Formats: sequence, C-alpha cells, structure tokens
Amino acid sequence: MIGGLFIYNHKGEVLISRVYRDDIGRNAVDAFRVNVIHARQQVRSPVTNIARTSFFHVKRSNIWLAAVTKQNVNAAMVFEFLYKMCDVMTAYFGKISEENIKNNFVLIYELLDEILDFGYPQNSETGALKTFITQQGIKGQHQTKEEQSQITSQVTGQIGWRREGIKYRRNELFLDVLESVNLLMSPQGQVLSAHVSGRVVMKSYLSGMPECKFGMNDKIVIDKQGKGGTTDEPGKSELGGSGKQSIAIDDCTFHQCVRLSKFDSERSISFIPPDGEYELMRYRTTKDIILPFRVIPLVREVGRTKLEVKVVIKSNFKPSLLAQKIEVRIPTPLNTSGVQVICMKGKAKYKASENAIVWKIKRMAGMKESQISAEIELLPTNDKKKWARPPISMNFEVPFAPSGLKVRYLKVFESKLNYSDHDVIKWVRYIGRSGIYETRC
Amino acid sequence: MPAVSKGDGMRGLAVFISDIRNCKSKEAEIKRINKELANIRSKFKGDKALDGYSKKKYVCKLLFIFLLGHDIDFGHMEAVNLLSSNKYTEKQIGYLFISVLVNSNSELIRLINNAIKNDLSSRNPTFMCLALHCIANVGSREMAEAFAGEIPRILVAGDTMDSVKQSAALCLLRLYKTSPDLVLMGEWTSRVVHLLNDQHMGVVTAAISLITCLSQKNPDEFKTCVSLAVSRLSRIVSSASTDLQDYTYYFVPAPWLSCKLLRLLQCYPPPEDGAVKGRLVECLETILNKAQEPPKSKKVQHSNAKNAILFEAISLIIHYDSEPNLLVRACNQLGQFLQHRETNLRYLALESMCTLASSEFSHEAVKTHIETVINALKTERDVSVRQRAADLLYAMCDRSNAKQIVAEMLSYLETADYSIREEMVLKVAILAEKYAVDYSWYVDTILNLIRIAGDYVSEEVWYRVIQIVINRDDVQGYAAKTVFEALQAPACHENMVKVGGYILGEFGNLIAGDPRSSPLVQFNLLHSKFHLCSVPTRALLLSAYIKFINLFPETKSTIQEVLRSDSQIRNSDVELQQRAVEYLKLSSIASTDVLATVLEEMPPFPERESSILAKLKKKKGPGAVSVNELEEGKREGGELNGGGERGGDSSAISTPSPSADLLGLRAGPPVTAAAPSAGSLLVDVFSEAGSGSLASYFQFVCKNNGVLFENQLLQIGIKSEYRQNLGRMYLFYGNKTSVQFVTFTTTLNVQAKPVEPLIEGGAQVQQVINIECLTDFSDAPLLNIKFRYGGALQNLTLKLPVTINKFFQPTEMASHDFFQRWKQLSLPQQEAQKIFKANHAMDTEVLKAKLLGLGMALLENVDPNPENFVCAGVIQTKAQQVGSLLRLEPNAQAQMYRLTVRSSKDTVSKRLCELLAEQF
Repeated sequence: MIGGLFIYNHKGEVLISRVYRDDIGRNAVDAFRVNVIHARQQVRSPVTNIARTSFFHVKRSNIWLAAVTKQNVNAAMVFEFLYKMCDVMTAYFGKISEENIKNNFVLIYELLDEILDFGYPQNSETGALKTFITQQGIKGQHQTKEEQSQITSQVTGQIGWRREGIKYRRNELFLDVLESVNLLMSPQGQVLSAHVSGRVVMKSYLSGMPECKFGMNDKIVIDKQGKGGTTDEPGKSELGGSGKQSIAIDDCTFHQCVRLSKFDSERSISFIPPDGEYELMRYRTTKDIILPFRVIPLVREVGRTKLEVKVVIKSNFKPSLLAQKIEVRIPTPLNTSGVQVICMKGKAKYKASENAIVWKIKRMAGMKESQISAEIELLPTNDKKKWARPPISMNFEVPFAPSGLKVRYLKVFESKLNYSDHDVIKWVRYIGRSGIYETRC
Repeated sequence: MPAVSKGDGMRGLAVFISDIRNCKSKEAEIKRINKELANIRSKFKGDKALDGYSKKKYVCKLLFIFLLGHDIDFGHMEAVNLLSSNKYTEKQIGYLFISVLVNSNSELIRLINNAIKNDLSSRNPTFMCLALHCIANVGSREMAEAFAGEIPRILVAGDTMDSVKQSAALCLLRLYKTSPDLVLMGEWTSRVVHLLNDQHMGVVTAAISLITCLSQKNPDEFKTCVSLAVSRLSRIVSSASTDLQDYTYYFVPAPWLSCKLLRLLQCYPPPEDGAVKGRLVECLETILNKAQEPPKSKKVQHSNAKNAILFEAISLIIHYDSEPNLLVRACNQLGQFLQHRETNLRYLALESMCTLASSEFSHEAVKTHIETVINALKTERDVSVRQRAADLLYAMCDRSNAKQIVAEMLSYLETADYSIREEMVLKVAILAEKYAVDYSWYVDTILNLIRIAGDYVSEEVWYRVIQIVINRDDVQGYAAKTVFEALQAPACHENMVKVGGYILGEFGNLIAGDPRSSPLVQFNLLHSKFHLCSVPTRALLLSAYIKFINLFPETKSTIQEVLRSDSQIRNSDVELQQRAVEYLKLSSIASTDVLATVLEEMPPFPERESSILAKLKKKKGPGAVSVNELEEGKREGGELNGGGERGGDSSAISTPSPSADLLGLRAGPPVTAAAPSAGSLLVDVFSEAGSGSLASYFQFVCKNNGVLFENQLLQIGIKSEYRQNLGRMYLFYGNKTSVQFVTFTTTLNVQAKPVEPLIEGGAQVQQVINIECLTDFSDAPLLNIKFRYGGALQNLTLKLPVTINKFFQPTEMASHDFFQRWKQLSLPQQEAQKIFKANHAMDTEVLKAKLLGLGMALLENVDPNPENFVCAGVIQTKAQQVGSLLRLEPNAQAQMYRLTVRSSKDTVSKRLCELLAEQF
C-alpha cells in the first residue's frame, strides 16, 4: 500500500507532501530528491529502491510525482493510481505546472485525502469527485441537505459513477477510438516488432440510467455469430473497410462500469455509462496491423568526413484519407559539423541540440511517396568508436484505426424514460497515432 | 582562469556557462550542450581559419563540457595549436586542456612534447613555468622519458629565474615519483644539494622536497645536504621574526621550510662532524626554548606554526636518540602539552611520547607522567586520544610500574569503548605475562580480564594462560583454586568456562582435598555451565569430564550417566556425539592403567613466540608500536618462560613430525592474509623468510621445514627428510587468493613428479621430490614454477634449499680422537677458514640449535675453551664419504666469529664454510 505521496518541482523542492503511514519518515522526502532528482546520471527506472523504501515516480513536464512505500506493493497499481491522480488534477485545474500546483495546494490535499485512504486507492472518478470536492465555496452551490445525502448514497452505492436524475434535452454520445501504433523495422523492410495499443474513449450525455451495449469486430464474437448464421449478414463486408473482417485482441481492460461477468460469459460489453467523458476500454493487438507509413532509408558513408542520407517515406492507406502532423527524425552522428538538406515536400531542419534532422510534413494523402536527401559533413575525431546508427523515428496522425478495429454498434436502452436507441445521436471517430515508430538504417 | 577584464574576458563562455546553470532539467542541459558542441564542430571544421581568441574560447567551452561529465572526442588539435601562441592566456588554456584531457597514448603526444620543448628553451620565464606545470600535471612515463634529462639542467642553470627553479624542482619530484628509474641525478647531485644555499626561500622550499625524496632512495649520494640543512636551519631559527619578510607566517619565520629541513634531517643519522652536530643541537635547543616563550600572537595560526616546528624537532630528537638532555627536555615539553586545552595537541603529545618511551634515555622521564596519562585515559572525551593514552601506558610499562598500569587498564576496561576493547585486552594480557613477578598475580589478572571483558578476550589469550599454567608446576594449584572460585559466580563468561574446564580437568586433583571443592562439587559446578555454552566449549567440557574419570574414579558413575544421556549421545552435533560415544566406551572398557595412560596430564607446551603478541602485531600493523619494542617484549617473554628459543627457530627444531610442521606453516597465512604489510610481519615470524628467495635459501641450511617463498599469490612450504645420501622433499604450493591457478607447472633441472595443474583458491597441493646425492656439489637445483593467475602468466624461479650439509651423518668422538683427526687433515687446501661479523645476537642456545640443524654432531667438552663449538660429521654421497670437522670460535666483545672447516675434500670445506658464514 502507498505510504506517502510527494510532489516536487524541477529543482527538487517539495510542493506537496502527504504521508499516509508511519513507516515513511521525513527523510524519505530527501532520499528521493538526492538519489533520483539530483542523481548524477540520468534516471531511467521509474521505480527506485532506496534503503528498503520503494519510490515510484512519474514526471509531468517539470513536475515529479512520487509515491513511496515500504511494503511490497503491486507496482502496476501504484502507477495506475499516479496516472489517475494526474488525470484528476488536470480535470480540476488544467495543466500540471509548478504554478498551478502552488495555487491549488489546498485542493490537492483535499483530493489526496479523498482518493487515498491509509494508502489504499479509493474512488478517483473525476465526475464523482467533482460533486463533493468543489473549487468554489459550498455556499455558492446552494447544496441542500437532500443533495448532500444524495451524493453520499451515490458515492457509497452500487453505481458509484453515476448519479440519478440526470436529464438532457438532446441525448448525445461521442465515441473516439484512439490508437497508437508501435513499430521496429529492419533496414530491409522486415518487421521486427509491431503492436497497437488502443483506447475507446466516450463522452456521453444521456438522461436517466441508460443501459448501453457496445459491439466491435472482435474476432471471437464474429466467429461465434458466423457459426450461428452465415447467410444473414450482407452488411458485414461493408464493415471491414480495409478488407479485414475481424481483429484478434490480445488483451483488454475495462472501465469499472462494464459488467465483467457478462463479458466473460457472452463476450458482450454492456454497462451503465458515467456522465461526461471517460475511458471505456483499453486493448492491445499484435496481428495484422496496418502500417500507415513505410520508411526506406539509404545511408552511405563517403570517406571519413562525409555521410549521404536519403530517406523515402511511402503512405500506405486509402488515397481518400489524409495523414497529418508527419514528422521524420533522422539521427546524425555525434561529430556532425554541417548539414545540407533537400526535400521535395514539407520542411526539414538540422537540430543540433537533438543531434537529428527533423523533417516535417503537414498533410499527406494515402498511397503517395516523398523523399529527402541530406549531406552530412563530419569532423574527423580521434575516437575509434563507430557511430551506432540509431533508428529513424517517425510521428504522424491518421484518421483510421491501424489495428483494423471497427465499431459495429452502440445500443442504448432506457426503459424508464421515453427515449429509444434511435433518438440518441451518436458520433464515432477513429484516430491512429504513432507510438514508437522506428526504422533501422 | 585568467583575470576576466573587459578586453580579455570570453563573453561567449560566460553566456554558455550561465545558460547551463539556468537549465531547468538534465534534458535541457544536454540539449544546450549538444547545440554548443555542434556549433564548435562547425567552427573547427577547418575551412576558415580561427583567430587565437575564438580558438581559446571554444577550447575553454569544451573543457567546461568535459568537466560537466560529457565525453569530448575532438578539439585536441586546436588545443595543441594554442600552445604555439605567443599570448599567455591562450597558451595557458592550451596547457590546461592538455593536462586535463590528453591521455598518454594519443598520437598528438609528439606535437605536444615539441611545443613543451620549445617553451622550455624559450627565455620567457612564464612560458617555462607553464610547460613545467604541464609536465608535472600529466606526469606520465612518456613525459618522464622526454624531459627527465632536460629539467635538472634548468634546475641548476645559473641564469634560470627563481620561480622557474621552483617549478622545475617540484616537476622533477613528480617525475621521480612516477618513474624513478628515468630520473638520473648523477652529475647534478651536488648542484642540487647546493640549492639549499639559494638566496630565494621559495627555491629552497621546493628543492628540499625534492632532496628529501631523493635522499630516501639513495642517502649516500646526498649526504652532504646534512650540513647545509643544519646551517640553513640555524639561520632560520636564530633570525628575528621580521627578517624573512614574505616568509614569516604569523611571527614564525619560515615554518614550512623549517619543518621540511627537520624532516630531511630525519633521513640521516646524527651528523658525525662535531661542529655541525653542535650547531644542530643548538638549533633544537632554541626551538625548545621558543616553545617556552609566551606566544607573540593569540591567533591559532601562530601557535599551529610554532607547534608544527616543535613536533618535527621532537621527532628528530627521537630519531637521533642520542642526546639524553634533549630527550628529557622534549619529554618535559610534551608533558606540558598533555594538559593543554587543545585536543589535537594532547593527541600529538601522547603519540610522540609513545616513541619517546622506547628510548632508554627518556623512558624514566616519560614514566613521571604516568598519573596524567592515566587521567587522560579516564577523562579524555575523544576516543582516539584515549587510544593513544592506552598505547602510551603500554609503552611506558616496565617491571616497576607494571602492577599499577595493569590495574588501571583493567579498571578502565570496564568502561572502555568497544572499538578498542579487544586491543586493550591483548595489551593487558601481554603486560601481565611480560612483567609477571609471581604467577598467582598473573593468573588473577587474566581471570579478572576474562571476567570484565570476556567477549573481547580472543582465543589466543586463554590459550596462552593455559600454556603458562601447564608449563609451570608452581601455579597449577593456585590456578585451579582461583578458577574454581571464579566459576562459582552465577554468571560467568564462556571463556572463563573454557579455562575452568581445561584447568580443572588437568589439575582438579590439586584442590580435591578441600571438602568445599571435592570432585563431585567440581564436576557439578562445571556441568551447571554446560547448557549455556556453545558447541566447541561443550566439546572441551566433555574432554574435561573424561579427565575427571581418570582423576577421581568416584565420579565415574555420575559422569557416565551424563555421557549416556540422550542430549549427549544423540546430540545433533557430530563432534559432541562422537566425543560422548567414545568417552563413554573408553571409560567403561578401559582398565584404570590404560585410562591413566590415555588421559595423562598434558605435556608442557613447546616454547614459542607468544601468540598474543603476534595477534597484537597483526591488529596494529608494525607502524603503531615500534618494532624493536616488540622484539624486546619477545625476548623478555622468552625469559619468563624459562629461556626458550626465539621465534621461528624454535618451531623448526621442536617440530620434527610432519603434522607439527603444518602448524608452523599455518601460522603464516592468517598473519599475512589480512595485513598489507605482509613482508615485515613475516620477518618476525620466520626470522628472515620471505625477504627474498636467496635469504630464505640460506635460512634452510640449518633447518628442513618452513616457508621457502611467499608473495601475495603463492606460498611455498617445504618439508624434507634426509637419510645417508638419499633425501625426500615435499613441496606444498598454497594458493593464497580466492581464484584458482590454472596450468600450474613446475620444472626442475632434476626430475620431479608432476604436480596437479590446477590449484583451487585457498587450497594447497603437494609435490614430492626424491633426491640422491651422487657426489659433492655446490650449486643448488633450480625450481621453475609457472602458472596462470587470472589471465596473467606468472613465472618464478627458486633455488631449492638442497645443500651439501643435508647429507651429513653425525659422528660422535672423544676429545683426543677429534684432535687426532684434526691434525690429520692439515693440508692447506683441506682447510677453509672465515672470519666474519655476527649477523644475529650471539646466543649460545641459538648457536647450538643451528649447528645441530646443520646435521653434524655437536661435541661437548672437546675444545678447552667452553665458548667454542666443535662438530664432526661425514657427508654421504654415492661416490664417496667425506669426513668433516668444524670449529666455531665466537668473540662476544667484537661480535665476530672465526669459523674453521677441515674435510678430506677441498671443495667440501670451501662450500661448507660459505654456507655457514651466512648463518650466524
């Protein structure tokens, strides 16, 4: 269990310090500062063990969040909590920065009291928290006793994430499929490793206590249905836009509102949604990934003092779709003394501080290709070490899901109120982003 | 850094540094540095020439980046270019970069050396200084090779500036320290020594550091510096404080120089020239006088400087150890410091007094401070000071005050710090043994010691008690009584139980007459402690019980009952179980006669060096307590135990059986393994063993077993037996490291059985060599050892200690027979004679032992002069037998020997004479 939580600024000064258990002393604060923040070498591991005390930290811009414990806790749980904590703080006061934290320190302590109890994580749902931890005075909200007792019953009740009596004039649903695709490719174009990690994020503005059912082209479900009746689905081929019918999901996790028993037995995802924005599920796939871009590198060393680099990128998706925010990062040797770049499209620049050529293209349609060539001048050194040739990395955003995931349906049932599935306005959006998308050269 | 004036300051550098300082995170810092590096690279690209200023600036930036912990792999060439600049600041930055960043295997080293050479030969003193500083800072072997010849010339040249001379002297010192073989002073020696007469005090100070270092290596060449140093010292000491202007530090004239001069003088014995000596004594007296004067300033720097000189002077006085007057004065001065406010001074005073106490002149004077020292031991707040006080008490102890000091140390032990308790215990044990007038006092003291600080009493201490009690009949009864009384305390320490068990088991019968300590009472008392003890102690107690059965048959049934009980006979510990079973059977089967023989009283222990002393030496290293003091202690210890032999010799004589020899071998590793000063400790343990293979070779002339060779890796032990013309030698190769030796091979120019090719860490392997003597010989066989340790191949060649005398057969003969033979062998080539100085103390017993070890028969009552030794023997070779006679005439006054050997073969006489001359 978490023994304490500290927030530091970039200098290692303590902004927030909350200790939950007696086994964490005051010196733990200093131990983390000395051994991690002010460490001589760069800190790599997010978990550090100092004198039998474990420190789990995440960094948001210049702010360090560190959870401390003396016990053997589930590290994944601690990090999940830390990320949640960041989300909650962002939801309350925006960007996590030193100034914001200093301005809202009372609020943060209040939140910490609520979402951690004796080191055990509690309800950290922003929507629920916002009902009783407010940024204005309680008076301003004119909360009646009734409302207060309602909050209590909701927070402690079975459906802690949704309160009763929500009413909207227009019932609306927004559904985003956000994916990040990770790749490591050999210079010859062979895929060494690739996987997609995705999230389904929902924004729901629905009245009452609706029951929702979410369907996607999960391989297991499709196969099961296919066995049941193969003839009755003419629309099925429409669903798989890229010719792919179903996808194999390696693993997935759900929001607490999803009924897991139902998922286990029928593999159907049914839930009563929280109000507002939340993450319905997370998943990971490794098979049949659509790689949106192909990078073809060509590096030639001309003598000791010159290097010629040519990189071609090819987009590999429907020509009607447009990829955005494309950025290719070509590492340069450490003894680079000058760079000349020529590119047909976009802008390219040598960034000395990052030891890389950065090539940016705003937009690019599918099934196109573009290239850049650079001449790198080198300073001869007396160092015998050869350049390690780090991989070329890439960033982009595409309007489809590289995993091939498709939303098949999202049905809403509300028996008590008089609106049906057809009355709900639904929006679906797919965004595929690059994770670590690298090609060796 | 050069002074940052407006024209000269490097603004770009300042901006860069402040940028780095302002970086909010490590990542930002790395980004900034990468950017700067790229900038510098593009500037250094070479298509445009840079002016000196920007070159200097960029090199400076690179240096800063390097010091921040980043790798720099370019810019060396630019730095070397800076060396040829004419501007001081540019040159300085160039040298700075090179001394920090250029490693010796760089290909630029030739260019750098060239630049340095140019600067050295330039007439500009600042450039010369820069070059010298760079040489000293790099200080590599390559630098030494290139410049070791040049620098002495600069140092002694008449036209060199003073500041350059200073730098040259210190630079030379540095080179000498890294590669002494390259710095050859030769013809420069006398001129360097004369630098002590230089007008400039700075030059003298620098030169004296160099001379001190050089004279430690070859004192004879620099002998002339003594008189110069004395005159210089007297000039400084007698000068008024204002005379030396710049070199007066808080009213003390040239304190650093004085200290260095005094330290230089400590490298040499007292000057023989009367005038010089008189002047020096005068100086030392003046220094002591000055210490008495009231301080000229209240500042701490003034007193520090003054005391520094004073303490150096005192250590010089102690080093000379020849001026009783000065020694006593020094002692009195230190006595004053003993009560000084300043803790550091008290510490230093105690430390110096420790060395003073070992001098015969000042020993008495030191003793007068005993009360103060005891007080210091009790009241001092700092543990290191208390430690020194304890050391001093140990050092000043002699027969007259032993009782008082031992009592004080014992009483202090109860409250002593844990860190020094063990050492205190050892010291008390040694003092009690060394100065014991009556043994009851000794036994009382040691038992008290065990009672007070049982946990810190090491094995060696109680082993020693038992050795002494067993070897001395007169204390046995008293010891048994005292031990019995001590054991009656409700809680007593395990070591006490051990001593009690052993002594009652041996001598319980001596007090059995008293009804209060009847056998059964004794047994019950011991057995009541049994359950509280650890396994080894229990094992010891079981042995004591079986001895009881022998001593007191009436206790037999009770003891058998105990042995038979499940807790003994079925004990989970194998050792205890086995003892219980065997003792039980022994007591029930064997007759009383057999029992009495088996369980006879232990024979007296062979006398050897006190193991406690060895332990103390190991603990402190040779530095803390001076060696000759220990030697003295050893001698007195020997006296106490009835005049046994000293040290290693005795172990060689008293250990004829192979197993006992291993004891002697095993004494080596524990002493040497821990201490880095292995060599010096070994000297104590096995006389001169280990100081070199040749020395150890000669050592084996008179003995057959011991350690032939030892270094950090390997120990080679030898055990050998000879009969007539045949011999057998066992070589033990002991691996002292924790790593195994691979491909271990030995080759002998005589054939030998192959040895195991692999020695595990810490293990020992054995090799047997059979020897047959065909004819007489003078060269020893060579043993070549090769093995791999880690990756490195080790190669070792040793002379096997096989000498002609090993094949001696002793022949006993009467006086007239001897002289008859002696006259028969009167041809001049049959006699070999040698007169030589004694290397060791002339101790009759030792000499006898050595002659016996030689293998000849020692003939008593043959020579009319009882001081002389006469021996006879026959050397057995396969070809012939060579009869030999020997006569050794010691002259105690002159510390000389005359050795005469006559034998039927001239080569044998000569060889024997050579071998023996090294022995005495």
